[in-house]
Amino acid sequence: MGISRWQGQARGSWQSHPGPARPCPEPALSAAQGGGLPWRAGSAAESQPGSVLAGRAPPCLPPGHGAMNCRSEVLEVSVEGRQIEEAMLAVLHTILLHRSTGKFHYKKEGTYSIGTVGTQDVDCDFIDFTYVRVSSEELDRALRKAVGEFKDALRNSGGDGMGQISLEFYQKKKSRWPFSDECIPWEVWTIRVNVVSLANEQERQICREKVGEKLCEKVINIVEVMNRHEYLPKMPTQSEVDNVFDTGLKDVQPYLYKISYQITDSLGTSVTTTMRRLIKDTLAL
Amino acid sequence: MDTDLSSQDRKDLDKFIKFFALKTVQVIVQARLGEKICTRSSSSPTGSDWFNLAIKDIPEVTHEAKKALAGQLPAVGRSMCVEISLKTSEGDSMELEIWCLEMNEKCDKEIKVSYTVYNRLSLLLKSLLAITRVTPAYRLSRKQGHEYVILYRIYFGEVQLSGLGEGFQTVRVGTVGTPVGTITLSCAYRINLAFMSTRQFERTPPIMGIIIDHFVDRPYPSSSPMHPCNYRTTAEDNAAVYPSVEDSQEVCTTSFSTSPPSQLSSSRLSYQPAALGVGSADMGYPVVFAGGLNAAHPHQLIVPGKEGGVPLVPSQSPHATQADQERMAMCTPLDGAHYSAATPSSSEDTETVSNSSEAKSGSPHDILETIFVRKVGAFVNKPINQVTMANLDIPFAMFAPKNIELEDNDPMVNPPDSPETESPLLGSLHSEGSSGNSTGNTHDDFVMVDFKPAFSKDDILPMDLGTFYREFQNPPQLSSLSIDIGAQSMAEDLDSLPEKLAVHEKNVKEFDAFVETLQ
Repeated sequence: MGISRWQGQARGSWQSHPGPARPCPEPALSAAQGGGLPWRAGSAAESQPGSVLAGRAPPCLPPGHGAMNCRSEVLEVSVEGRQIEEAMLAVLHTILLHRSTGKFHYKKEGTYSIGTVGTQDVDCDFIDFTYVRVSSEELDRALRKAVGEFKDALRNSGGDGMGQISLEFYQKKKSRWPFSDECIPWEVWTIRVNVVSLANEQERQICREKVGEKLCEKVINIVEVMNRHEYLPKMPTQSEVDNVFDTGLKDVQPYLYKISYQITDSLGTSVTTTMRRLIKDTLAL
Repeated sequence: MDTDLSSQDRKDLDKFIKFFALKTVQVIVQARLGEKICTRSSSSPTGSDWFNLAIKDIPEVTHEAKKALAGQLPAVGRSMCVEISLKTSEGDSMELEIWCLEMNEKCDKEIKVSYTVYNRLSLLLKSLLAITRVTPAYRLSRKQGHEYVILYRIYFGEVQLSGLGEGFQTVRVGTVGTPVGTITLSCAYRINLAFMSTRQFERTPPIMGIIIDHFVDRPYPSSSPMHPCNYRTTAEDNAAVYPSVEDSQEVCTTSFSTSPPSQLSSSRLSYQPAALGVGSADMGYPVVFAGGLNAAHPHQLIVPGKEGGVPLVPSQSPHATQADQERMAMCTPLDGAHYSAATPSSSEDTETVSNSSEAKSGSPHDILETIFVRKVGAFVNKPINQVTMANLDIPFAMFAPKNIELEDNDPMVNPPDSPETESPLLGSLHSEGSSGNSTGNTHDDFVMVDFKPAFSKDDILPMDLGTFYREFQNPPQLSSLSIDIGAQSMAEDLDSLPEKLAVHEKNVKEFDAFVETLQ
């Protein structure tokens, strides 16, 4: 009885695209947009061979091309060089823990079931901290790769070691040919990193503890934001699921996300990667 | 109110809340076991993973939680609380955290039970997973084992925060609105931990001197916490069969439909955060409590089941503090019912033994010379035949386990029906004592007949530690430090300098290249 009640309604909404009832997006204001090499979450290139894509360029237009309502959160941490990776992974994994579900399995009549998400504790080696991440090696690898490149970029930039890494959750909106799909972010997390260098072992030990405490605060902040239960994309129908979730992983299903970074040089201006990216995007059209 | 909510929804909601409460307790307790938790993701739903999260169910914990809930659900004024406390090897205990699952009156009628509420409860559990690793008690619980253990207690009713000391902080994990009220999950945790721990540890320095390093496995590895026996405090519980947890067999809702139009509005609702605190209506419910952790009665720790305070990790290690051997003997939770029975009769013995060994430990220098005298009664001394002991090579031989055999033979000390558990414990206490004392250096200023380094024995190898040490105690001087190399005089040194300089100058380019690579 319960199920048939849902089915009737599901049929009605199958056809409707996330359309008129959705909140109207406003321009994104965060500085997190743009810059750096984007990593796609199991990028659409792999999961949807049919969509219009260029090889190198991002599969969708960068934000700013449409109106979008996107909440933006900024976190700041100061870490020592060897703590960068772990601190970033801790924060990104904590966010993705909340923004991942089990794999969807669609059945007939518009119902679906959700797989199970496992979790595991990860101890940091250079920080007195433990974080929880989803048990998905693929996701962990993807994040480690992104964070590794960010760390290398930070180290190589010289300067005073400041940068930021952004985790953006977006939805895809199909556009008609010849326009490529639009990526509409609905939540952006920006982590500003300040790298400090320490003189001796005693300072390092203090830094371990301090950064551990800081990360505890960040986790509490993240949980607080998650608890607001603000806009989340509607649960999609089977045909729409790839516009909302990254279905390329085999054991979990995070919302579509992309990670980008920006290194600020000593003048505080962002590096020319932003320009490069914009040019690429224009050419991709 | 209920007319707005269909009976099916109401049933579902009650089920969700009940299992949410059980899972909450599981997450909290598992986070304080002192081990890293790892569960696997599964892409195909099994139908028994509530809230689409792989959270194991420790049967004892479920049992305790159900006992505390006693068929009720958290409601206004009736909160489910999980209290996490720390108990030291000396028997002092301190509350560290109270996790509260509360319900307040603010209802959200519009929300869809089977869909939104379920997903939000799932999100709340994930938040709980994250937050349980972030409070100060987590790091303490990861280091438990030697000097202290972490205990939990579940109670239902009014929240009691008084045990947390002054200035405790609260962190809210999250809230979920439902048509019957808003569920709030929060944690109040003690702040002044650092003071307590340093004070404790100053009084009882770890005699073994083992530093629990982050990278190193604990030297006293507790067996897997999932093993039910570790949670037993008496043998009785081993035999107890828990009522089969039939409701965990209930299939949890894993089937959803793509959202009906009404979903849109409800998913965008934002809630006023409910004020944290004790339930708004003070109904004066007595604390319905299934067990108590009473620090004043350490004996109660041993009696299980009826009393709460189930230790999460058995303190298998005999605590080396000699001053409190008696208390410690009581507090070892592993030993079974036999132990509590034996407690009264053995107390006298442990006291007497501790007195004598205390006397011994006070003067390590005298150990080899004094006769080990043990008091078996108020006015009775029973000297132990020292001869056989001294023949052993082991230093502090009177503290060796061999001692215990003599004790066993002594009917005055060991009543015939004394349990097995007592002797090994005392034996290990003795050996702990001896090893502790070995840090008192044997190289001090009294006459040693033979050099016996601590912990070493001339048994199998011809070259033992003592021989090695003796041989290499006086190494020959380095040749470069000795003066008579080739009777090279100062003048000759000076003469050879120009040649050396010339050679170096020829190699200038190489040096420069080397320096370049360093930059």
